[in-house]
Amino acid sequence: MLLIPCPHCGPRAQTEFSYGGDANVARPPAPEDADGGTWVDYLYLRDNAKGGHDELWQHIFGCRRWLRVGRDVVSHEITSCTELAESGA
Amino acid sequence: MSHYSLANLVRHGLTGHRGWKPAWRDPAPQAGYDAIIVGGGGHGLASAYYLAKNHGLNNIAVLEKGWLGGGNTGRNTTIVRSNYLLDANAHFYEHGMKLWEGLSRDLNFNVMFSQRGVINLAHSKGQLETFRRRGNAMRLNGIDAELLDRDAVATLVPGMDVSANSRFPVEGGLLQPRGGTARHDAVAWGYARAADRRGVDIIQNCEVTGIRRDQSGVTGVETSRGFIASKRIGLAVAGHSTQLAAMAGLRLPIESHVLQAMVSEPVKPVLDTVVTFGAAHLYVSQSDKGELVMGGDIDGYNSFAQRGNLPVIEHVAACLLALFPQFSRLRILRTWGGIMDMTMDGSPIIGTTPVPGLFLNGGWCYGGFKATPASGWVFAHTMATGQPHALNADLNLNRFHQGRVLDEKGAGPYPWLH
Ligand SMILES: Cc1cc2nc3c(=O)[nH]c(=O)nc-3n(C[C@H](O)[C@H](O)[C@H](O)COP(=O)(O)OP(=O)(O)OC[C@H]3O[C@@H](n4cnc5c(N)ncnc54)[C@H](O)[C@@H]3O)c2cc1C
Ligand SMILES: [Zn+2]
Repeated sequence: MLLIPCPHCGPRAQTEFSYGGDANVARPPAPEDADGGTWVDYLYLRDNAKGGHDELWQHIFGCRRWLRVGRDVVSHEITSCTELAESGA
Repeated sequence: MSHYSLANLVRHGLTGHRGWKPAWRDPAPQAGYDAIIVGGGGHGLASAYYLAKNHGLNNIAVLEKGWLGGGNTGRNTTIVRSNYLLDANAHFYEHGMKLWEGLSRDLNFNVMFSQRGVINLAHSKGQLETFRRRGNAMRLNGIDAELLDRDAVATLVPGMDVSANSRFPVEGGLLQPRGGTARHDAVAWGYARAADRRGVDIIQNCEVTGIRRDQSGVTGVETSRGFIASKRIGLAVAGHSTQLAAMAGLRLPIESHVLQAMVSEPVKPVLDTVVTFGAAHLYVSQSDKGELVMGGDIDGYNSFAQRGNLPVIEHVAACLLALFPQFSRLRILRTWGGIMDMTMDGSPIIGTTPVPGLFLNGGWCYGGFKATPASGWVFAHTMATGQPHALNADLNLNRFHQGRVLDEKGAGPYPWLH
């Protein structure tokens, strides 16, 4: 069981959260000018790191806030957990 | 390496079975090959076999970092079916089904293919209507499908609770009678032995750590046993496709996720078909040893850890008991996980890549075991000719760039939802 340290609610079980995927995927800043390749990058291509991974989780059965979690996808160790709105992403 | 036959069984029996030779050689890697396949799971081994058999190439190596079938080939719940909605998937998996039907004979190895039928349960009128649509699409593609009402389901699966009081009352189902299960290890071993007999070098304990390329394309692989040259390299590494592709500078529309499976303690025969409960997510069958073999959803977050978490196990067990309350006192004997490539549209990626000489066989999500023969067949064609086979033309990597995604469920580019 992952224990996610929500900054608002404290450490909570993963079953209270909903996963939102890679946190570093950024929508093209000027969508109207973005070409096909940029959209493919944004929509489909992922780094899929084997190690540290920044990812989004929403605390749906808690404060309902979106969180940015740093987790090692091999050891499952959680190294950071911050409010998404404050992380600047 | 003798042929497996009744006559040979008797002959070896007379000498106390001491005369059997290993089923494949253990060669040292050569300096170079006409083609290299990375990954000694079912897909890599089948690809090598068909490269030799269908295309006459035999200077080929399969490089495996661990042991044959130690990846997802030896970890899956062995369900074989071809009950797809979209044409490209339907034709591809149905070609696989036809190969399965003759596989034991072709390989001279019993893969224990058992066409015991696969039933998808429906729990609402709406779900049954979508099954009707899929069943009709299958029939139009020449694939067997039968829509079942509740009574027909009850007759086929007598032990299941289909009463109106059950937690999720059963409305009906979709049956593919030719679907079933096979022995997973036997598939790896059967293809390995058959490929070896055609001269393919199967090299275990040989991890690929780099891919060399120049202006014209790939030139070979760095491995834990030294550099091996080849201008034709096929990747068949299941959950590690993105890692290997990155060695050649490619990013893929894939994330790695863990899928778990589990077995109960063995019991007398109670279930002679495969039941899938998609509304809550469970699939269950009974192995020849008597264990109930079960699986459910992926854990749902990126993972390269070949182990999963308890919530999914609990969920799968709860689903089982919702359908079969009488199994409540069975114990779970073992659970395990495998790392899978989850693609952005939920369909596999098999074909050419932008790097000349580099071919990709990956993105199998939940369903690559059943694809093993067809995957090997079309991947061999692609590697031998440099062009996709008609059956994998629509499964090529460039579909994402061309806006031709194959999303059976219409779930969108969220790999953990497929
Ligand atoms: C729990 C579970 C249940 C499943 N249930 C089903 C099912 O019921 N039906 C179905 O059709 N499918 C199912 N699947 C999917 C199916 O198991 C896979 O899609 C299929 O087995 C993939 O075969 P493969 O040969 O591509 O991969 P694998 O058998 O995983 O082979 C890939 C090989 O590549 C090797 N490798 C990786 N990196 C390197 C490297 N750098 N150098 C050398 N070798 C390397 C690995 O060691 C591995 O042996 C399930 C999967 C899991 C995990
Ligand atoms: Zn919270």
